[in-house]
Amino acid sequence: MEYSWEDLRAIFVMQGFAGISLFSVLLLMGLGLALIFGQMGVINMAHGEFMALGAYTVYFCSELTQSLAPSFGPYYFVIAIGLAFLGSALLGALVEWAMIRHLYHRPLDTLLATWGLSLILQQTYRSIFGAREVTPELPGWLMGSFSVSDTIDIPINGVFVLGLAIAVTCGVLLFMFRTPFGLRLRATVQNRKMSGAVGINTEKVDRLAFAIGCGIAGIAGAAFTTIGSTGPDSGSRYIVDAFLVVVFGGAASLFGSVVSAFGIAQAQSILEFFLEGTMGKVATLFFIVVVLMFRPQGLFPGKVRSN
Amino acid sequence: MNYRNSLYTNQTDTPLRRRHSSKWRAAIALLAATGLTLASSHANPPTSEVNTTGLAVTDTEVTVGQLHSATGTMAISETGSIQAEQLAIEQINAAGGVLGRQIKVIQEDGASDWPTFAEKAKKLLVNDKVAAVMGCWTSASRKAVLPVFEKENGMLYYPTFYEGLEQSKNVIYTGQEATQQIIAGLDWIAKEKDAKTFYLIGSDYIWPRTSNKIARKHIENVLGGKVVGEEYYALGHTQFGSLINKIKLKKPDVVYAIVVGGSNVSFYKQLKAAGVTAEKQTVLTISVTEDEVLGIGGENLVGFYSAMKYFQSLENPNNEAFVKAFKEKYGEDSVIGDVTQAAYLGPWLWKMAVEKAGSFDVDKVAEASPGIEFDQAPEGYVKIHPNHHLWSKLRIGQWQEDGQAKVLYESELIEPDPFPEGYQ
Repeated sequence: MEYSWEDLRAIFVMQGFAGISLFSVLLLMGLGLALIFGQMGVINMAHGEFMALGAYTVYFCSELTQSLAPSFGPYYFVIAIGLAFLGSALLGALVEWAMIRHLYHRPLDTLLATWGLSLILQQTYRSIFGAREVTPELPGWLMGSFSVSDTIDIPINGVFVLGLAIAVTCGVLLFMFRTPFGLRLRATVQNRKMSGAVGINTEKVDRLAFAIGCGIAGIAGAAFTTIGSTGPDSGSRYIVDAFLVVVFGGAASLFGSVVSAFGIAQAQSILEFFLEGTMGKVATLFFIVVVLMFRPQGLFPGKVRSN
Repeated sequence: MNYRNSLYTNQTDTPLRRRHSSKWRAAIALLAATGLTLASSHANPPTSEVNTTGLAVTDTEVTVGQLHSATGTMAISETGSIQAEQLAIEQINAAGGVLGRQIKVIQEDGASDWPTFAEKAKKLLVNDKVAAVMGCWTSASRKAVLPVFEKENGMLYYPTFYEGLEQSKNVIYTGQEATQQIIAGLDWIAKEKDAKTFYLIGSDYIWPRTSNKIARKHIENVLGGKVVGEEYYALGHTQFGSLINKIKLKKPDVVYAIVVGGSNVSFYKQLKAAGVTAEKQTVLTISVTEDEVLGIGGENLVGFYSAMKYFQSLENPNNEAFVKAFKEKYGEDSVIGDVTQAAYLGPWLWKMAVEKAGSFDVDKVAEASPGIEFDQAPEGYVKIHPNHHLWSKLRIGQWQEDGQAKVLYESELIEPDPFPEGYQ
């Protein structure tokens, strides 16, 4: 026996937390897309760029606070997250109005159009913020870790992202199942013509749903600034994981996305521990491919809008 | 009426005056030109002598190319190189140019895309007939342009430290090959920290993998140590929780890290958040320069070590002048990393080779290059080896809160050995 029980217990706790922390990241990535792709059936290839927009909003706020009101430093982050949501949601509404609404019946064209949009946004970020990756100045209370014991350290930013992921998930679920708008959205997804017939303004529903999905992407991007840096093409790194979570969970099911984020995160984090980095990822993807071969609709199949 | 009148006179007047002045100007220009050609024909060897292969060289000007990524993922890293090369060229021109000819630069954008690099290299060599090219950054881009340079017989000055296993008549490598960066660094840390166990970590592509292969051989065969873990993560990976737990469990004497790009930031931030700081864990890296620290943040690196040939904080007159000139041109906040300095060497080494050869011809420049010494280099003295790499020193820097390194160790000049025996 090479390791003491104390060591093993500490590693078990921290490994558990590593998995949960990855879960919260994947969940945040997937949630916005679960609304847009899962509920509305729009393949939004620019989803990652909306996350990057959120991250850049935080960076911008950080720079602004630094130069105008340095004493505000510890608190700006909370407001920046709010602004990240609003900024991404507004851009989302604009994109829906200018582009997406003309393409609802042509899903493959949406794919191409949103991919073009993602390239445009990437270049815009590059022109405004430069090609270098940037990191906002994070408030002190987000850094460091809780030292539970000598060997166990729980990173505060991980706890923060986890808290945020839970809050956003609850928010989305409440919104979908406990508000009149959520009811109208679910009705529209299930039967668009009938919804229109009973007086639901389906166009307005579409726009708001798309905007909220983008806004959540903005929150996700803002949260990721506590983990890594942001560059013009950060978005294209997020998008693969985001689609992975949503497709694996079963596109139409929000609950499926939660379960799938949890499953993927645990599998990856455990496999990375026992194998090594690259092989861990390979094994995880292999596992997903096998599951999708037997359950092509994902873990929790549901109805996607067909009209 | 008045108004019209004035308009009329103006109209006739102006062309007249113009004609006068243009005549004068032409005369002056003619005089000046004859004066210049007279003067230059005394000072400069005639173009027909120094350029027998049809390169873009005139009596007053020589054209060189610059081929880096100004856009795309790699622009982050390559911008420093572009700036340093332009600074060197500007300084060379101010000092009278090369063989009395001012350097003109044609800048092409490789756009972080390897086929584009090859295409632009061909354009520079075949259409523009440039006398030399300063360029490339990643090994992938260098591998893409190498056949073009060999076929069209061009001259490339390549600035990045890289994995070695390459040598070409048409390339001068101004960065370190792997053994120059790895072996002396490992020797130092093994002695200084009495290190026996090592954990090797890298981003998943050729440079980290080849470098760790050399590191492992050296640790196992020469230092008599043990590698307790070796693993790779995809470029752009941001979740290092599992890896950090393994480090904590195995408690290696040294973590040897070759993580690059965006992953770098996540890796060091998460190390700090997980309580893995310099007091508890020795970390040695060969992929963090001042440029990366800008993104990672000095506070996340405090006390960790980098093995490089150059740090911005080096104290010698050459470097102080270089840092001052760089900051004057590109702003007080700009930082200079290892590769940026190596890129600065390129134009100077080319100038010295051309003047030693007395010719811009690529064959003669390549032949004249070995043995060239540059003692004005910011890193100190460098010399070109017959294998077209540079003799250089290795330094160990310890990162400080302010993002600068404190240089703790400096090796002797190390001979470049791109094909190390016993390490492959």
